[in-house]
Amino acid sequence: MNEQKTQDFAEQLGALAIEGVTDIVVDCGEITATVDPASLIAVATQLRDELSFEQLMDVCGVDYLQYGKDEWQTDSAAAGGFSRGVSGSSVGRLSFGDEVDPLADGEPRFAAVYHLLSIKHNRRLRLKVYATDNEFPVVPTVTDIWACADWPEREAFDLYGIHFEGHPDLRRLLTDYGFVGHPFRKDFPLVGHVEMRYDPQKRRVIYEAVSIEPRVLVPRVIRKTTRKNTTSAVVADDSSADTAKGDA
Amino acid sequence: MPEIRNYTLNFGPQHPAAHGVLRLILEMDGEVVDRADPHIGLLHRGTEKLVESKPYNQSIGYMDRLDYVSMMCNEHGYVMAIERLMGIEAPLRAQYIRVMFDEVTRILNHLMWIGAHGLDVGAMSMFLYAFREREDLMDCYEAVSGARLHATYYRPGGVARDLPDTMPQYEASRFRSKSQAAKQNEARQGSLLDFLEDFCNRFPGCVDEYETLLTDNRIWKQRLVGIGVVTPERAMQLGFSGPMLRGSGIEWDLRKKQPYEVYDQVKFDIPVGKEGDCYDRYLVRMEEMRQSNTIIKQCIEWLRVHSGPVLTEDHKVAPPRRAEMKGDMESLIHHFKLFTEGFCLPEGEAYAAVEHPKGEFGCYLVSDGANKPYRLKVRAPGFYHIASLNEMVQGHMLSDVVAVIGTQDIVFGEVDR
Repeated sequence: MNEQKTQDFAEQLGALAIEGVTDIVVDCGEITATVDPASLIAVATQLRDELSFEQLMDVCGVDYLQYGKDEWQTDSAAAGGFSRGVSGSSVGRLSFGDEVDPLADGEPRFAAVYHLLSIKHNRRLRLKVYATDNEFPVVPTVTDIWACADWPEREAFDLYGIHFEGHPDLRRLLTDYGFVGHPFRKDFPLVGHVEMRYDPQKRRVIYEAVSIEPRVLVPRVIRKTTRKNTTSAVVADDSSADTAKGDA
Repeated sequence: MPEIRNYTLNFGPQHPAAHGVLRLILEMDGEVVDRADPHIGLLHRGTEKLVESKPYNQSIGYMDRLDYVSMMCNEHGYVMAIERLMGIEAPLRAQYIRVMFDEVTRILNHLMWIGAHGLDVGAMSMFLYAFREREDLMDCYEAVSGARLHATYYRPGGVARDLPDTMPQYEASRFRSKSQAAKQNEARQGSLLDFLEDFCNRFPGCVDEYETLLTDNRIWKQRLVGIGVVTPERAMQLGFSGPMLRGSGIEWDLRKKQPYEVYDQVKFDIPVGKEGDCYDRYLVRMEEMRQSNTIIKQCIEWLRVHSGPVLTEDHKVAPPRRAEMKGDMESLIHHFKLFTEGFCLPEGEAYAAVEHPKGEFGCYLVSDGANKPYRLKVRAPGFYHIASLNEMVQGHMLSDVVAVIGTQDIVFGEVDR
């Protein structure tokens, strides 16, 4: 989509001042609106009926538990040199029962992200809804507004344990029958908890504690890149709006 | 009179018409489907989670294995998300190569679909014809990347390497006589572009052949016309995209409406259906194959006369050439850093969507500034199509379930991820 059109639409959206929309950001030519979970239904209905976002393209869960955490200090060297990045708690290194540092108080952990598409106006919009409770994340369902939200919400429930209130049929979707836990959470080890095999004595498939060693070849590194893409905020003030795209 | 009751039928997961590993619980009223409950996830590999523990470039290969019949289009969505977040762009030649291979992939996918769909509905010979042409296109994949299916050819900032000047040749063996090998190698004497051009000249004739077999075939029409009708409003509600949406009469194609790469430089039409039934979707896909063919031809024409780099010169993203690396300290450092650590993306999030053969394939990438994605969500078109199966088959006969699965062009690699 055309950059100017996106910017115009973001401003139009900001001018509407829809109740429940707390923040509108334009980044990489895409608009992200943060929405209060309590007013999601009203906002979504208004977006569909008045701004003709007929299609919901995607619903996706995100777990912010380890956001911005790296395993390798890159900005300062200690007396022993730079850290080697072999210890860390990124999800690939976890094994069964490992603890992960909790988030700071008041920081939301789970978010549901909705990607909307308006075929009539040829526009896209991203809604982000942070669940208020980190222990039992609840977000209202949008299945009554877009019928296709049914399965992706089930998926987000399955993988992240986000409960979509009012969903007609909130069952697990992708994981095995009888699976325990929510595998895409950042405190769920990459190797999993159980493995299965056929037991010739019992003559059936059995589950056992996982025997794979967690192994990560490349540590997680965060570097401050000089590269900056076009970012501008409509509601919040941001000075980086003029930084042009590198070689666009 | 015996009492007639509803009963539940388990369909799959090991059934040839289930296109892989779909398990359906069907509530039947006689031979009519009351309710269908698809159980998916039997091929769930947790791609999105695996990606989180690897540097960006090491995950391109995972994308091939999502929808394993349209490999390069998946890669395209992924590298586009990275490029958008970084603010880099591929060189023009790479963009043309990408468009060309996206269309090769579209034909590959549609050939697979017509073969499997035909087989499901009872047209056995379609499968054989479709695979004859697929073979040539997979040879193109092989020539350019070394692999016939899982190419891992696209890179952030371009493609892995330029088009080759020679094609792989057939060798005479116990099973292939010398004269037969020579005949098969006839079109392979020149470069990849020569081979592909020869294919493009042949291919419309092949589509004509398929159409003679199917389009006016009485049985084919009996099985498809009026089956699985979806109204345009409902298609939007159900999150349809690609041929499924166009079959319902909505003119929507990302290649035209939100053009990426050089799709605004090539000429092609978007076929649109009228009724929204299986037959219309069949017609739409057949026409798409012809349109893809013309796009490939235009790309070949352009690529023949324009040379240039195919991978960005920005060595923070793409490695320097091997010869440079041997002689230049700076290049050696870039090379070392790229292959031990990868590159870091700026903090932010991006959603890049491509017009995949099956619909809108989107990659939602969340980065916290690290060398690995914080979260990658793949928006697979087939996921939304199979979700609507219940609605599409209600009131239809059991045999129509197979026709509907076929028309949805389901591949479990992308549905389960």
